[in-house]
Amino acid sequence: MFDLTSEQLLLVALLVPFAGAALIPLFHRVPNVREAVTLVAAAVLFLSVIGLLQPVLNGDRPEALNLWIAPGLVLAFKVEPLGLLFALVASGLWIVTSIYSIGYMRANDEPRQTSYYVCFAVALGCAVAIAFAKNLFTLFLFYEALTLSTYPLVAHKGDANAIRGGRIYLLMLLGTSLLFLLPAIVITIVLAGTGDFVPGGILAGKASGLVLGVLLGLYAFGIGKAALMPLHFWLPAAMVAPTPVSALLHAVAVVKAGVFSILKVVVYVFGPGTLLGSGQSQWLVYVAGATIVVASLVALRQDNLKKLLAYSTVSQLSYVILAIAVLMPISIRGAAMHIAAHAVSKITLFFAAGSIYTAAHKTEISQMRGIGRRMPWTMGAFTIGALSMIGLPSTAGFLGKWFMLSGAFQGGQWVVVVVIVLSTVLNAAYFLPIVFNAFASEPEAGDRAAHAHGEAPWPMVAALTLTAAGTIALFWFPGIALDLSSSMIADKP
Amino acid sequence: MRDILPQLPALQVVVPLVGAVLTAFVRRGIFAWALAALATFLSAAIAAGLLWQVLATGPISYRLGGWAPPWGIEYRVDVLNAFVLLLVSGVSTVMMPFARRSVAFEIEGDRQAWFYTMYLLCLAGLLGIAITGDAFNAFVFMEVSSLATYVLIAMGRDRRALLAAYQYLILGTIGATLYVIGVGLLYLVTGTLNIVDLGARLGAASAEQMRPILAALAFITVGISLKLALFPLHLWLPNAYAYAPSFATAFLAATATKVAVYLLLRFLFPVFSLAIGPVALQILHMLLLLSLAAMFVASILAVYEQNVKRMLAYSSVAQIGYITFGISLANQYGLTGGIVHLFNHAVMKGAMFLALGALFYRVRSVRLADLAGVGRQMPLTSAAFVVGGLGLIGTPGTAGFISKWYLALGAIDRGWWPLVFLLVASSLIAVVYVGRFVEVAYFRPVSEACKDARDPPLNMLIPILLLGAATIYFGIETELSAGVASQAADALLRGAK
Repeated sequence: MFDLTSEQLLLVALLVPFAGAALIPLFHRVPNVREAVTLVAAAVLFLSVIGLLQPVLNGDRPEALNLWIAPGLVLAFKVEPLGLLFALVASGLWIVTSIYSIGYMRANDEPRQTSYYVCFAVALGCAVAIAFAKNLFTLFLFYEALTLSTYPLVAHKGDANAIRGGRIYLLMLLGTSLLFLLPAIVITIVLAGTGDFVPGGILAGKASGLVLGVLLGLYAFGIGKAALMPLHFWLPAAMVAPTPVSALLHAVAVVKAGVFSILKVVVYVFGPGTLLGSGQSQWLVYVAGATIVVASLVALRQDNLKKLLAYSTVSQLSYVILAIAVLMPISIRGAAMHIAAHAVSKITLFFAAGSIYTAAHKTEISQMRGIGRRMPWTMGAFTIGALSMIGLPSTAGFLGKWFMLSGAFQGGQWVVVVVIVLSTVLNAAYFLPIVFNAFASEPEAGDRAAHAHGEAPWPMVAALTLTAAGTIALFWFPGIALDLSSSMIADKP
Repeated sequence: MRDILPQLPALQVVVPLVGAVLTAFVRRGIFAWALAALATFLSAAIAAGLLWQVLATGPISYRLGGWAPPWGIEYRVDVLNAFVLLLVSGVSTVMMPFARRSVAFEIEGDRQAWFYTMYLLCLAGLLGIAITGDAFNAFVFMEVSSLATYVLIAMGRDRRALLAAYQYLILGTIGATLYVIGVGLLYLVTGTLNIVDLGARLGAASAEQMRPILAALAFITVGISLKLALFPLHLWLPNAYAYAPSFATAFLAATATKVAVYLLLRFLFPVFSLAIGPVALQILHMLLLLSLAAMFVASILAVYEQNVKRMLAYSSVAQIGYITFGISLANQYGLTGGIVHLFNHAVMKGAMFLALGALFYRVRSVRLADLAGVGRQMPLTSAAFVVGGLGLIGTPGTAGFISKWYLALGAIDRGWWPLVFLLVASSLIAVVYVGRFVEVAYFRPVSEACKDARDPPLNMLIPILLLGAATIYFGIETELSAGVASQAADALLRGAK
């Protein structure tokens, strides 16, 4: 793009969202220009990330900034395949979500839209900076900034419920990161003498098996954004946010920043080989497996659609953690794939939930009988997203699960196989009835509103159609994701 | 110019002192302010010159009246106190533009000149404590600054300010008395008041001299601890900060306790650890326990405060705990963390107290309930307040994180890993009290009191924003803060060996 070098592209990608955030308030009074700024920033970000793709696949690892702050603390960025995959997903979906947001925020006449778009842009900037962090400190810095910039979005409504949700969100995420993640980073840097992400890890031979196990625990629970049980409460609580926030942040950017960070720490700080050799990671298989099953069971009992999606997210995030914990190269590729696959499918589901709320003002599943006839596009997309959650072939969700199962067989992890099969059944059990009722059931006789609405505003329908198409496309054309994940595994120190 | 350079140490104290005398003759508040601003600015310039000189050529010794130390009074400037001098005068300079309107708003016209006189006296006293190399001279300056402080506090609008000033008067006097008793004992044992000389002679003290030395140590430590509001000797502080005029609170919070901490460092390291290694270690352990208590108890008390000024006051007690925590680790990283937190806390708390002063200027209240919705009414002021708050929490990217990072490294260096967890756990309490302000200011409907509030005029706003920006700047660029602090820590530890 414009003949920029990869270093320049990296700088553009890092700066554009923040520049957008700085410009948005200037057009407070001209909403059309303000939204145009968001869209342009999102497009430029996406293009510059795309521009990085070919160089990185060719083995180039562009770096930016190398600012020494204190002993062990350096602010630095470096692109590697895994981070690029995450940045690609987050920036691509930012464009779609911006289109969706414009429809949603205007149709629902939400207050304080300017600060909404500012926070959104800052959050995206933080997500990209997390993706490209070169070391633990840089990752931690933007991890915290991401929490802080999304807090106003969670509490956006400003009523008692939203403030309470925001409080839980802030305390859980800041709390876990301060209590566990920061000490883990301090300890890592003291033990290894560096906090850099290096292929093969930096802790080999630097710590005893027990210390490795404790550190893994501190990271797994300290990265609260990954919503490992029992530290998952913030995610359902954050559902008080406007739906586009839930869609991009709590299905994509924030939670994916969580599992991405865990993946990055395991691959580049511990080193899968070191961790496997220490034998200290088996507990994570059990905790992640339990989270998958328990969260699915809780999802079964939900009537609020967004709550159900939240618990489904908790469960799906733990797939990624489970795949990481198996520590086989193939399952780690599966984890990377699932980050992308779950992102496009879950955002589709949230978009559908928001479009139902906007058009029909419905939030409970029990009210949604027959809604598929009035909102065929929305519910069609919902169906694709749901199938992907279950992991049916020809949807993106299948890929990650396939890699995970292969890894589980290789590693002899029969527990993992059982968990994946069991949770697939549970996923089907809570998603399929929604789809079935939406299309096959008659609306309740007394539900007069059911006759009064059609589809949601077109930007919203366009956005969810796009992501549904993406869910299918990712299955048939998984080239980029596969290449990036294999390039991640192939990286040598 | 060349002739002035050697005289800088004396001028450091003389300039604000002369300024104080001159302002006493002025009647109009604006002229008094201009004089005070000029004197403050000159002090900062002198301090900057001293720090530059010290970094370039090593410690400076200045003989007052031409008498050679240890008989005469020596002003001794090394990296540590040059740093403290610049901190005190620099932060005051940034705050001066704010003072004009805030003081005019809170203090009656005919008393404004007195206010500035007292402010300059206090500044002269604080700079004096920091620059002198003489233990008794430090006491004299301590009294100068304390007496001025009592008056500054008593000038608060609220009638409870009188009581607060009285409380501080009593406790402050007790502190100063204990200190001077300790210094007296040391003089009896060693026959010297010069701090460097004192250190050398205590090193040669015989066994039977240990008892008075230990007693002196106890008196001095407790006396200074009262001054620096070490938990549980902090009882005077919340009321004093809460009811003093806004500018006085910001100034005192950023400078006064910091100078007391400096004095403690001076005595603990070169003077005492030479003579009594094992006992010094016990004192450090006790200091560690009290610091931890301050970090937790005072933070929790801050959470339950409805008056934001008192909330910040309790938070200051907690933050002083972080500073003494670093001192008690007594290693390179720990001391660096403690000393850099002197600086970082002055910047962050300065930003917050100034912002609060601006809120009071517009809303006429600092009660949490009255500040509902102020975040949208006064966006820049509130943003600076929140940034300062993020610094208190120790969010990465702010100055507070740098302090805590060094403290954590120091704790690990000692092998005290659990302290790292206590350190981060206490920051979590700061999330709660800063979060309370955020919720009220940004998510509650606008209260009656701040319906018409908007950001204050530029001369108030700019200092607030400067300190807010500095909170972030010193979280990224640490050459001037942690770099100098690390040199100071190194010098202290080498002196102690």
